[in-house]
Amino acid sequence: MISQIFILSSKGDHLIYKDYHIIMKHFRGEASKDSINVFYEMVTALSGDQTPVVMSHKDLHFIHVRQGGLYWVASTKTNPSPFTIIEFLNRLAALTKDYCGSLSEKSVRMNFALIYELLDEMVDFGYIQTTSTDILKNFIQTEAVSSKPFSLFDLSNVGLFGAETQQSKVAPSVAASRPIMSSRGEQSGKNEIFVDVIERLSVVIGSKGVLMKSDIQGEIRIKCFLPTSSEMRIGLNEELSIGKSQQKGYSSAVRVDECRFHQAVKLDEFDTFRILKVCPSQGEQTVMQYQLCDELPCAPPFQLFPSVQKDYVNRVLIFLKLRCDLPPKSMSQELSSPDQTAELQPKNKALLWEIPRFPGGAQLSALFKVDVPGLSSASLLEVGPVSMSFELAKQTCSGLQIRFLRLAPTQTGLSQRWVRYVTHSDSYTIRI
Amino acid sequence: MPYFGSEEMVKELKRALSNPNVQADRLRYKNYITKVIRYMTQGLDVSALFMDMVKASATVDIAQKKLVYLYMCTYASDKPDLALLAINTLRKDCADPNPMVRGLALRNMCNFRMPGMTEYIEQPIVAGLRDKASYVRRVAVLGCAKMHSLQPNTDIDGTIVNELYALLRDPDPVVVVNCLRALEEILKDEGGVVINKPIAHHLLNRMKDLDSWAQSEVLTFLLRYRPRSDDELFDILSLLDSFLQSAHAHVAVATLRLFLQLASAHPAVQADALLCTSAPLLATCGAASRELRFAGLCHVQQVMRSQPGLFGTHYKRFFCGYSEPTYIKFRKMEILVELVNDENVALVLEELRSYCTDVSPELAQAAIAAIGRIAQTYSEKCLDILTGLLALKQDHITSAVIQMFRDLVWFCPQSTAAVCQTVEACVDSPQDSEQALLWLLGEHGDQISSAPYVMEGYIDGLKTELSSAVKMELLTASVKMFLCRPAETQDMLGRLLHYCIEEESDVCVRDRALLCYRLLQRGVEETRKVVTGPKSDPSMSVLTGRQEEPISQWASTFNTLGPLSGCDLCPQTAVISAADQPSSSAEKELLPESTDVTLSSPDDTEEEISLSLGPPLSHETFEKMWLDLEILQRQTMGFPRPRTALDTLQAALQLVKIQTLAFTPGATVPWKAYIYTRSTGTLILAELLQGDQHAPGIDESLVVSVKQQPVNQHAIRGFVSILKGVLQTLNVDSS
Repeated sequence: MISQIFILSSKGDHLIYKDYHIIMKHFRGEASKDSINVFYEMVTALSGDQTPVVMSHKDLHFIHVRQGGLYWVASTKTNPSPFTIIEFLNRLAALTKDYCGSLSEKSVRMNFALIYELLDEMVDFGYIQTTSTDILKNFIQTEAVSSKPFSLFDLSNVGLFGAETQQSKVAPSVAASRPIMSSRGEQSGKNEIFVDVIERLSVVIGSKGVLMKSDIQGEIRIKCFLPTSSEMRIGLNEELSIGKSQQKGYSSAVRVDECRFHQAVKLDEFDTFRILKVCPSQGEQTVMQYQLCDELPCAPPFQLFPSVQKDYVNRVLIFLKLRCDLPPKSMSQELSSPDQTAELQPKNKALLWEIPRFPGGAQLSALFKVDVPGLSSASLLEVGPVSMSFELAKQTCSGLQIRFLRLAPTQTGLSQRWVRYVTHSDSYTIRI
Repeated sequence: MPYFGSEEMVKELKRALSNPNVQADRLRYKNYITKVIRYMTQGLDVSALFMDMVKASATVDIAQKKLVYLYMCTYASDKPDLALLAINTLRKDCADPNPMVRGLALRNMCNFRMPGMTEYIEQPIVAGLRDKASYVRRVAVLGCAKMHSLQPNTDIDGTIVNELYALLRDPDPVVVVNCLRALEEILKDEGGVVINKPIAHHLLNRMKDLDSWAQSEVLTFLLRYRPRSDDELFDILSLLDSFLQSAHAHVAVATLRLFLQLASAHPAVQADALLCTSAPLLATCGAASRELRFAGLCHVQQVMRSQPGLFGTHYKRFFCGYSEPTYIKFRKMEILVELVNDENVALVLEELRSYCTDVSPELAQAAIAAIGRIAQTYSEKCLDILTGLLALKQDHITSAVIQMFRDLVWFCPQSTAAVCQTVEACVDSPQDSEQALLWLLGEHGDQISSAPYVMEGYIDGLKTELSSAVKMELLTASVKMFLCRPAETQDMLGRLLHYCIEEESDVCVRDRALLCYRLLQRGVEETRKVVTGPKSDPSMSVLTGRQEEPISQWASTFNTLGPLSGCDLCPQTAVISAADQPSSSAEKELLPESTDVTLSSPDDTEEEISLSLGPPLSHETFEKMWLDLEILQRQTMGFPRPRTALDTLQAALQLVKIQTLAFTPGATVPWKAYIYTRSTGTLILAELLQGDQHAPGIDESLVVSVKQQPVNQHAIRGFVSILKGVLQTLNVDSS
């Protein structure tokens, strides 16, 4: 049972505070609201290696997640399932994002009345009532205040899906970050549905270029702006196979080790035709999660050829050659990107090399000269690893594709369907 | 957080809210109300506006109503008399034709935190329980619990309880779950809601209609249900089978907990369930949310206590990601250490090796400690890595490596030669590892040729040394060194003793110096007897090597906050405490009142004392206590250990209420066993040893060493005589 839920900004400002637990004031003294401050003091006093997820103060346990730069905290006096609380807080953050359009301190501040309303319906007396958008939308009355009107110059959201814009069939990157229930008129007329295939790649490449670990965590996520839900059919690759394959060889079959589905997904056509049937509710939901370990169907997208040498007395030469092994796109872009930056971060003892755009098949190289006082030849062993973070748009490493996306014919009005693919680097490490 | 000028702000708001022009303009009016709530959230006291807010509650705008209700719930307890004014509006709303308005009013009315509310809310709640809208019923059911919590000490209203039990059959799933929750609160003093067979089966059949939150909660309630027969049990389990693979981690884990508990008599079923859930658990370990990841890792650790092999093939999942926070990396390393086997050891070590040069010193040291723990099994490979790390000449790395060396020598004597060779090369040890280095020098000075010179360096720098622990270690190490290499050490030992006795201000150091001095006066042989203890204790690794625990040990805390907040129990600290022990054991040997050699013959006329088993001790606790306590009695039994199978020995000891914790396999020499028992408020720990190379001559006979907490000589005598009796009986039987 949850006693309190509160949202704090990273500076400790109280954005939302809700106390569910009915304790008479003369019993609890003045303590209940102070618990926010207690929490904030505890969480900021933690050293790096301490675990912040669950913290206790007297008989009160704080469980929190960090999303969008905010602390989402639940406190409880009982001993509940940590999974439930953590997933609930994540869900709360996701719903806030759905309703407010984006997740930031600003959007929470501007929409606090809406969030109170959400919380009121989601939790009663510390018990989770519902988190489904289908039910919630009947009760939520407050309109979302969009934190900013859509603007071409707004680049803060471009990160996620912003890579390709040359084709008219691609939705703008911020298209999906708007409130699910926008004010009547203007944008609400857009009956859009986004189906995203998102893969998180974690790879370790050993010092000799040997692939030591490769791992894909993927999910199919639907973000639905359709006012009424009707059944939708999502067709995946027909040759998709599940489980460790017995025979390898000719078949270019797309394979995943295991997958799990949202409980609302009907799977009667999945075994034969690889079709998922689902009635999407408004907002964002994950219909399928899958994972694939060790046997990637393609080579890792980036190869690095490093060389580390000692130059003068106190100078290290680090030569990095980076190659992207993805197939080159038909439309070629300029090869030497002028926007690259490199920065030495003494605090993290790290070199940061930023490459805004990296076309498939291209190769980039960089030479770093670092002066290190008191350099010994053994110190060269300390250089590394190289860790890359990137985003590949229109690309899935598992090869999973969506063949088609069909809405039930009963669907009235014109609706736009978007399918997007993206691969993120969860952790892409190359040892030197 | 009282804001500067907050009173002004409140006054201004009050003016605005009571301004008829504002009230006429709905949007402006609502804006001001929103402002009030905003200040309230920030911690400003806006209770002075209560009257105006009550007025604002009489509106058709539901969004505004919600805001005002939120305000009223917060301040009702401060202004009980004014809150009464709002109740009329609320009660009127409870009869509104719109179910949403009814539910909203009822929910908020029940949330008012003030005495005397019961009489106002009782009637609407009872009406709400029979409302035709499920939304209102949900609210009303929880309202019963709220009403009870307003007056926790009053008698339980039987009719409401019965009504709630009846509502368990409600068609709306949330109403069903809310009934369980409400009953649980109302009947808390009587042990909570009763889950009998019809209710349990009803809930099980409704599982599919519930949403995931309700599912995991119902699964938790079902924990208290005991199936009557095995048939029923397996029916239940097969009903729940699909939930083990749920896409929601919290459902999968809650199901697993129920499986573990229900099937406690069927280990095979438990193992199957664990296997089924390993996929969702592993998925949470790679979840996008790092908090979920952490929860997953903690629970994987729990499962591994009983099934260390379950995740063996997935060890790569526990490689640390670059951007992961340190607390996740720590957990992953702990898991990696447990997962090491012959096939993956090379890859795991390569991975851990790469963490050793991490920018964060804590992480680097933890990685080195992890390699050190693996070294107890795969010493050769790890020694190469650790030695290689010394070349980096980084203080925090060297320090951690030397501490690992000390532990390694203590646990694996076969690696002594290699370690000594390496230590030779690293003479200037950084701050934290001085004690470890001195211990190594003192203990194995004969194998490290440069040892006296290193030691001399320390003695010359004694005046600037601040830590008294290092000084004491230095004293002990110098005395030991003197025993094996007197010619090189004599002069500096003299200087050291002189300084410590004459100039040292720390009493402990002085005492230690005096002790050493007097000991040496008694002669070298006498000193040797006291100072030199065992150089290593390989059998301790029997204890540190994880044994498979029964599932029941952790099943009760599975899927609770316990595993997440129990970080003080994590092996990280265990390693450190184990690392401290060689020096402490050396200290023990030094204590003049040490009763190592005292032999006290058991008094046969002693009256019988009773032993009891009590709660089982974990290996860690035993190990810690064993290291902390002193040997109170060491006795030679005068006969070898029974030649029966070890199982028989264990069973026989169990019969007389002596628990066996661990023993070495039958044929090994020296043979050891660790046992413990309880008696009249004290805990007795004992070690059985046969074939001790340090005490030749009696190697055919069994030696028992007893430690106890708190000390009770009478109990020890009783324990020894009982133990002797059992062993003799077994000896007679087997011959």
